Amino acid sequence: MTATTPMERARGANVGSGFWGRTSVRVTVVLIAALWSFPTVGLLISSIRSPNDIRGSGWWTTILHPFETTWTLANYTDVLSANGMFNAFMNSLIVSIPATIIPITLAAFAAYAFAWMRFPGRGVLFAVVVGLLVVPLQMALVPLLQAYNGLGMTGTFLGIWLAHTGFGLPLAIYLLYNYISQLPKDLFESAFIDGATHFTAFLRLVLPLSVPALASFAIFQFLWVWNDLLVALVFLGTDSEVAILTARLNELVGSRGEDWHLLTAGAFVTMLLPLGVFLALQRFFVRGLLAGSVKG
Amino acid sequence: MATSNSTVRTLGALAGFVAAVGVLWWGLWFLRLPDGPERMIARIYRLVGADASASLVEQYGLTPITAKLIGAVVAIAVGVGGVWLLLITVNLLVDRLGQRFESIVRPWIFVLPALALLGFYLVYPAVRTITLSFTDRAEGTGFLENYRFAFTDPEMLTAMRNNVLWLVVGTTGAVVIGLLFATLVDRLRREALAKTFIFLPLAISMVGAAVIWRFVYYWRPPGEPQIGLLNGILDFFGKEPFSFFQTAPLNTFALIIIMIWLQTGFAMVILSAAIKGVPDELLEAARIDGASEPQVFARVIVPSIRGSIITVSTTVFIAILKVFDIVFVTTGGKFETDVIANRMFRELIRFRNAGRASALAVILLVAVIPIMVINIRNLRRQGVGA
Amino acid sequence: MRKTRLIAMLAALAMLAAACANAPEGAEATDAPATTEAPSEAPETTEGTATETTEAMVPEGPYEFLARAQAGEFAGTSVEVLGQWVEAESDNFKASLQGFVDATGIEVTYEGITDYETVLTTRVDGGNAPDLAQVAQPGLMRTFASEGKLVKLSDWINMDQLSADYIQSFIDLGSSDGDLYGVFYKGDLKSIVWYPVQAFADAGYSVPSSWDDLVALSNQIVADGNGSPWCISIEHGDASGWVATDWLEDILLRTAPAETYDKWVTHEIAFNDPEVLEAAEYMKQIWFAPDFVYGGNTGINATFVGDTQTPMFDAEGPKCWMHKQAAWIPSFWPEGTVAGEDSSFFYFPPIEEEFGSPVLGGGDQFVMFNDRDEVRAVMEFLATPDAAKGWIEAGGFVSPNQSVPLDWYSTYPNDELASILQGASTFRFDASDTMPAEVGAGTFWTGMVDWVSANGDGAEDIFARIEDSWPTG
Repeated sequence: MTATTPMERARGANVGSGFWGRTSVRVTVVLIAALWSFPTVGLLISSIRSPNDIRGSGWWTTILHPFETTWTLANYTDVLSANGMFNAFMNSLIVSIPATIIPITLAAFAAYAFAWMRFPGRGVLFAVVVGLLVVPLQMALVPLLQAYNGLGMTGTFLGIWLAHTGFGLPLAIYLLYNYISQLPKDLFESAFIDGATHFTAFLRLVLPLSVPALASFAIFQFLWVWNDLLVALVFLGTDSEVAILTARLNELVGSRGEDWHLLTAGAFVTMLLPLGVFLALQRFFVRGLLAGSVKG
Repeated sequence: MATSNSTVRTLGALAGFVAAVGVLWWGLWFLRLPDGPERMIARIYRLVGADASASLVEQYGLTPITAKLIGAVVAIAVGVGGVWLLLITVNLLVDRLGQRFESIVRPWIFVLPALALLGFYLVYPAVRTITLSFTDRAEGTGFLENYRFAFTDPEMLTAMRNNVLWLVVGTTGAVVIGLLFATLVDRLRREALAKTFIFLPLAISMVGAAVIWRFVYYWRPPGEPQIGLLNGILDFFGKEPFSFFQTAPLNTFALIIIMIWLQTGFAMVILSAAIKGVPDELLEAARIDGASEPQVFARVIVPSIRGSIITVSTTVFIAILKVFDIVFVTTGGKFETDVIANRMFRELIRFRNAGRASALAVILLVAVIPIMVINIRNLRRQGVGA
Repeated sequence: MRKTRLIAMLAALAMLAAACANAPEGAEATDAPATTEAPSEAPETTEGTATETTEAMVPEGPYEFLARAQAGEFAGTSVEVLGQWVEAESDNFKASLQGFVDATGIEVTYEGITDYETVLTTRVDGGNAPDLAQVAQPGLMRTFASEGKLVKLSDWINMDQLSADYIQSFIDLGSSDGDLYGVFYKGDLKSIVWYPVQAFADAGYSVPSSWDDLVALSNQIVADGNGSPWCISIEHGDASGWVATDWLEDILLRTAPAETYDKWVTHEIAFNDPEVLEAAEYMKQIWFAPDFVYGGNTGINATFVGDTQTPMFDAEGPKCWMHKQAAWIPSFWPEGTVAGEDSSFFYFPPIEEEFGSPVLGGGDQFVMFNDRDEVRAVMEFLATPDAAKGWIEAGGFVSPNQSVPLDWYSTYPNDELASILQGASTFRFDASDTMPAEVGAGTFWTGMVDWVSANGDGAEDIFARIEDSWPTG
């Protein structure tokens, strides 16, 4: 299936036509990348300056005059040494990992069924699923919390996994459907001739072939869950036993936001893991998974 | 012999299913125990005969870090493993059904778990929202009062106008830049690195993003050192500082730029994955025919990933329709920057007017219908329902 | 990040006012409505309750459930309290409760969250309300009460004791339709102006004692070429504008009878009543006078509330000289500046003599969602001076409970606030927190922001628009 194309890398340099084409591509790419990272660089630099310096001069002045500012790691030590940080980090992991994998699993099954199986109401159901993307989260919280109380699910990890799953499913199904439905038809035909059921076809063909789509959705869902504050506060609470990282960080800045410089360091601390997930999963965005099969 | 084999398999599948339910049940029970990890370790010690260690654990407990780590491992194993176990065993059971039943039942086994959760988490609240939108807090004003407000209040009209701006400029900006970047970077050697820069904003929490953009747009009186990048640049050229958040209508565009900055990474990731799915043979064939790179892009790549472009545009469009936190943390909707979702949030939480908030939510639901029509047409083209 | 958090300290001041107010007897005459004045009632109550104050601290005190709890009856139960105090404030609050927890065996868990507004309303609507919750806006308390979400305290609590410990204003602010639902715990005073003490002395400026003095001093500072007299700014994200509402309210209290203020809050007179527009005219004299405000009207709208005063501490001397803000503002000052040394405060002066020296304040009350005996015990405890002691000692806290012994407030700035409150003639609660949220946290804020954008023009139109937005139900 995963026929590698040896020519791939060799052709890599083949961007644009000729030297000028290649150069202009590179310049554009660098330009956009620079534009996009400027604000973040500002945040990074600010996170290692003292609060007075942050407010006293623009962050870019430190690049021109690196010795005129007080560099300090105090913002980071303040954030990392705060009480309950380790617990909060572990809780975030406990919440995020199942809340990423469960929706992907369910969505992959559903997307496959919508794309390749026949059952009554398929088109309507699919339209409804996608339409649910637009339901605002805030409107859903109160009825769900009422139901959770009845079921005794408030404050449990199961409750928050399922909540994140429910909220993430429409996007997951939509994105995965978009990918899975475009897999070549002949793949399935030959598999079924070989006696595969839909279940085995799903496990052995579709899942491996959909790795790029699965990986990209995993990235987004993980990010979303990891950075979520509202759902966690409502369904999980802030009791230090279960409080997650964002809730803990949010408290650090004080009731009136007086320690807002800690936000700079806090933002980077929370960013590290999602960034790692992105880098790790990025290698699944590979060409050639479908090599040899022309699209149907 | 075939029958007995089949019976064994059926029994095996059944046993698996029961085991899966059991594991899930135990796991969820375990997770609710405050001293779950302690109990589990003590039990394991006893099983291997290390009674002394078991008593120690029971008496003194584990270090908090160890207990947390054990709890985390169990939680993740139960959450992830439980779901997979259930799905696999149920499917094995379905395999045992006769072929006729199998083809009827199997699709529902695939979609029902997702549909059930969606029904509970989204459909039920949505229905409730629609009902609520026809009830007004004040008695006797008629069931369309909330909608009358939504379409006549001057602040609401401004919010709607802004929403249109957000949708048009924001969606176009994010998708076009995302597509451009995904295409350009596709065959560069440092592709992963370049993509990381565009992806970065997604990883930053909303509070973090608010601080970031403060350092871009912040205004200080003339003569003070500017700490906002843009005013720093204006200052460098000897111009007066400009208050970006406070000056309508430019401030809405200043906010939309934040959204584009955030959403481009999403568009780029999905479109990049799609571009990698375009078969090399098609590209090669076009190039051999003498097509230039822009022509390859327009005639081969874009048509091939048309479905993905629609998907991404839809998703970004809906995300922008629902945008409220960017507005909430920067201008709070003042200075004529309000958008429908922000107003909805304030009506719901701050003003405790659930009816009005629901009406605004329903307006958002309705606004997405044209997009859904486009999507369904596109599905038909791809042969869904065939 | 929100206004509600900023206001938290106001209520404390009120109780200080009451506590310290063996007040100038003359002040009483000016103040008509019994419901609202702090000082006029204070003398009698303070004297009358001298003995009860001590009683409240012993187990067999006036509160039934508290006494039973202290006898150990509820040991092993637990009570959940939700609030918006986090970090240091959260620690202070927990410290204040520790004695109670130790004595009764009731486990009180306090959760402080910064996204408080959303979580509290969602949990209340979702049927998962905490046992007790801190509420900064009387308006929100009344909404909860009218929705039937709150436990009626007046049915069982010792109202005589409460009346002895609290001035009537606070009992009224905790009541809805004549029933008590909330007990005030923490207060804050808004009518103070911060100034650079040393620079003032060096420049030969003296603390103004009337509005005319204040304007004259402002002109003097401009004439001396010393920069801008005022540090004013109102940018606070979603809550931008509340600083302006505080100013308008403080001025209105000084240019109109307190009854007018009360009627304005309850909408018995229009939002754009001529008296209110007159107050706005006074406000314009400072806010929109050329060169008076650092950064001009753009600066007012664009500068973060926490950064307002920073130019006062400029290395080359103050760039602005006066900043009207409550006593929590020092936590936003640049590192290394010390409250009481680099900057201290004076009382926002009277305008029209006949209306005396009113105090504008705010505060936090506790409301009760779940009716259990142990929750009642905690509620009763929160109404006693003991519940405030730990936090007062930690600093930055004033209790609305007037039975709190004055000598607990011996440190800066509590002592200074106390002396201002001694001179106050009237106490009123922040109007924008008391009005319906659509106005008080909606159009009022937006209107102020628009008014600043227009550099003070068009007040009539803007105030008329706010009037139109007053909810009809």
